[in-house]
Order: sequence, then structure tokens, then C-alpha cells
Amino acid sequence: MKNRAAEERYCLGIESSADDFSVGISTFDGKILANIIDAYVPPEGGIHPREAARHHAEVASKVLDGALKGSGVKPQNLSVIAFSQGPGLGPCLRTGATVARALASYLKIPLVGVNHCVAHVEIGKLETGTKNPLTLYVSGGNTIVAAFDCGRYRIFGETLDIALGNCLDVFAREAGLHQKPGLPFGAVVEKLARSGKQLIKLPYTVKGMDVSLSGLLTAAVTLLKKGECKLEDVCYSLQETAFSMVTEVTERALAHTAREEVLLTGGVAANKRLQSMIRSVAEEHSARFDVVPTEFAIDNGAMIAWTGVLAYTHGTVTEIEKSQVRLRWRLEEVEVPWMQ
Amino acid sequence: MKQPVLIKKGAEADLYLADWHGRKVVLKKRLPKKYRPSALDEQIRAYRTIHEPQLMHEAKKAGVPTPIIFLVDRKNTTIIMEYIEGKQVKQLLNEVSKSERRSLCFRIGESTGKLHEYGIVHGDLTTSNLIQHPEGKIFFVDFGLGDKTKELEARGVDLHLMKRALQSTHYKFAEECFESAIEGYSSVLKSETSENVLDKIREIERRGRYVAERKERE
Repeated sequence: MKNRAAEERYCLGIESSADDFSVGISTFDGKILANIIDAYVPPEGGIHPREAARHHAEVASKVLDGALKGSGVKPQNLSVIAFSQGPGLGPCLRTGATVARALASYLKIPLVGVNHCVAHVEIGKLETGTKNPLTLYVSGGNTIVAAFDCGRYRIFGETLDIALGNCLDVFAREAGLHQKPGLPFGAVVEKLARSGKQLIKLPYTVKGMDVSLSGLLTAAVTLLKKGECKLEDVCYSLQETAFSMVTEVTERALAHTAREEVLLTGGVAANKRLQSMIRSVAEEHSARFDVVPTEFAIDNGAMIAWTGVLAYTHGTVTEIEKSQVRLRWRLEEVEVPWMQ
Repeated sequence: MKQPVLIKKGAEADLYLADWHGRKVVLKKRLPKKYRPSALDEQIRAYRTIHEPQLMHEAKKAGVPTPIIFLVDRKNTTIIMEYIEGKQVKQLLNEVSKSERRSLCFRIGESTGKLHEYGIVHGDLTTSNLIQHPEGKIFFVDFGLGDKTKELEARGVDLHLMKRALQSTHYKFAEECFESAIEGYSSVLKSETSENVLDKIREIERRGRYVAERKERE
């Protein structure tokens, strides 16, 4: 166990908005000392919120212990507890919130509720050193193109229906594929797509800076069930079409906002093909391209801890009485006082 | 022809100012996108190059000013059209008084209503795609994502996109602007139709994953 300097201050962050339970610890100057993630993998089907919440409750103390021991930070040396307050699945969020409230009141330190989407952007900036990027945030629950302006992250484009990660996950399940810890559905589809050769025409729906993915998903599943096309080709065509759509809206937002940095974050950011597409438009517009490392791309406690530091040091504290979870807390509702 | 001058490097096309047989024109060239497979890329560019001038032509019939199309070069995915003098509404909204802003948005709403009534949705109603001519007319440009349809869903999405564009770019007066636009819109369409479209916008917003409106309904 390492000995941490006595004058350092720490924030412990808890993430539990969907299928991952994670605890991260960050110093007040942005060193990530721990980031332990325990993923819930359903035996079949999608994430059942109650089952995932049960998993979170079961692993909470183990993950918490792992993060504290791994970082060498003693509980009594923590200054703040941060937790993912929303958006996300109710039962899952509530489990993390309960752990956070218990810790904060036991240790008698402040509690800070963090917006999950803001945290994805902030950890991306911290890890890549970008200052004021146009961000494409793609995950199982979100597909958002956003940039900071006048106190908040403004949403320029998003999905009109399902999220990009959700589209890939549902397709993979319909195709009878299996995921396991360390190899999520997205990675399975990506691998198959690499051996795909034939591009099959699928619905391409861009509306302004928004995309619509549900029609594409239905068409891809229908195509597969007909049994006339190779699975690899369908994976390839699905990825190429869906990624081209989100890349097109990212480029539209980039031309509109004229930012000099593009940041790719969220679970789907781990996809190499998507990375290459977004890099291509960034280069086209002479913008720097960065992608968040996979450990911080998926849902993680470190991003909550770091965003907790930012919020706390800029005057945000969440009273326990007002710490109820916010299932549909939009990115653009959050004041971001730590940006100029 | 004098050397064309690049005036705007857009997301999907480059715009050049050029002289074409003594006319001041804009050359809109849709460039290949390296990020997507070439077959898909060619399909998209060819479709939009042909589709956009058709919609602009139809829009005129609906009584909405659009640039005159002079040439459609399918092979080079290029459109040559009239250059419109004036200012983008994006810029204007920040410069004018509150009452001028209201009347500007009312007229934008009116024109959008005319398009919808005629069976056209614009598909990208941002304030960068609206130009006010010095004589006062508001020109609609960039119909690349538009469609010929009278579907309620398409109309709702069209206005939802306008609202969102106002919120992200003109958040200080997004609400009053959209309100005026809706007044203008409703003055053109039958009250039953515009009510249906407004209901549709609310439905589309509720469909979004993380919106308070959806929770209220559950």
C-alpha cells in the first residue's frame, strides 16, 4: 500500500447508472488513483434494471474496498463523495446513490450529485488534455453531439430514437451473438464487421444534426432473419451506415461551431472504425482529434470522482435531503461553472 | 469564368462565389467523404445533388423564395445557383430589436407553413440556412436533407429541429423566437393541421430518452 501525501485531497466517485458498478478516486488536481469497474452481464437478453441493481448491491463493498486499498487512500482522508445522480436506470442509480449517502454521512463529508453525461465529457477532457472540444458522446444510452457555450454544454445533435450502442447491442442479441466480461456486444459486432466485404443498402437517416437509428436496426435485423446475407456483411453494413450517420452529424456540428478539437467519448468510442471516421472529419476541418482511453470510455467511477472535484471546488454540494436520483437529467440542464 | 472563390467550407459541400456568364453565382460542390464507403458516399451525394434543386424549385411554387438554379452537374455533384445578397438570420437575430426579431421569426414560421402546406419539409431549418435579402425577402437555402412529403411525422421533426437549432445557437431568445415562428406557421395552415403538428412536436420530444416531459406522462 502506497502512502499518500498528507496534504492531498481526494474525491471518491460512484457510478451505477446502468450495467456497470464502479468506484473511482481522484485527487483534487486530477490524478486518477483508482478506477475499479464491475460489469453486470445478463445471462440472456438486455439489462433488467432490477437485476442489474441487485448485482450492484452485491459487489458494492468489494469494489469500494478495492478502490480504497488500490489507491492507498484511507476513508477518513476523503474530502468529498460524488455519485452519478442521472440520467440512467432508476434502480441502478438508486443503489449507487444509497452507497454514496451512507459513506458521506458516516464520514461526515459533503456529497455531490454528478450528471453522468457531463462526467463522460469531463473525463475525456482530463485524459486527453483537450480544453474546449466538440464532443461526440456515444454509448448504450446516449448519442449526443455537444459543445460548451455560455455556461453549459449545448446539445447540437442527438438521436431521435435509440442510442448507437443500444442499436448495436440489440442487433447482436437478435443475431444470437454472446457477450462476456471484457468483450461486450459492440466489440463482437466490430470483430465480425472486419471480415464483412459486401455493403448492403440500409436506411440512412440524417435529419438536420440529428440521426434516427431505429429504422436502420429494424432493417438490419429483418435482413439477417431472411437468411440471404452473411452475418459478417450485415455487421459491416450496419456499422458503416450507422457510423457514417453519426459522423455526418458530427461534421455538421463541427462546421457550425468551428471548434478546434473533437473528442470522442462513451462506450462506443472504443470502436476502431468509428474512431477512424471521426478522425477523418476532424482532419478535414483542421481540428485536433482525441479519443478517451477505453477504461474511461465505458461507464466508470473515475469520471464521477473527477467531475465531483470540479463541481465541489466550484461551490456545488448536494444536500442528502435533495439527493434523489434524476432519471432524465439532460446534459444541457447542468450549469458548468468550471469552464471560463 | 473568373477563378471561383471559396466562401464557405461546409459540412457536406464547399461553396464558391463565381461569375457565370455575367451572373454572380454560387457553386455548391458536394465533395467525396473519405470516412464512408465510396459506394454509400456516391449514392448519398448523387441523390442530394439531384434532389435539392428539385425541392428548391418546388419551394418557389409554394411561395417561398429560394435561389434560382442555373445548372445541375450530376457527374461532378455540383449545383450552380443564384447568389443571394443579404445576411444570414443566424447573425441578424443577434443584431435586431426584440420586435424585429419577433416579426422575422413570424415570417420564417409563415414560410415554413407554406412549404409544409405544399408538401415539402426542409430537413435542416437552422438559422444559417435562412438569408434575408436587403429588400426584405427571406430566402431558404440548403434543401439537401429535405423531402417531398405531407406526413405529420416529417413536419413535426422539421419544426422540432428548428426549435433545437434555436436552443443551441440562440438560447437567449430561443423561446420567444420559436413562439413567433409557431404563430406564423399557424397563420398559414388550418388550425386543425397546425394543432396536430404541435402535438407531434411534443410527442417527438417525449420520445427522446432523457426528457422531463416523458416522465410526466408515465
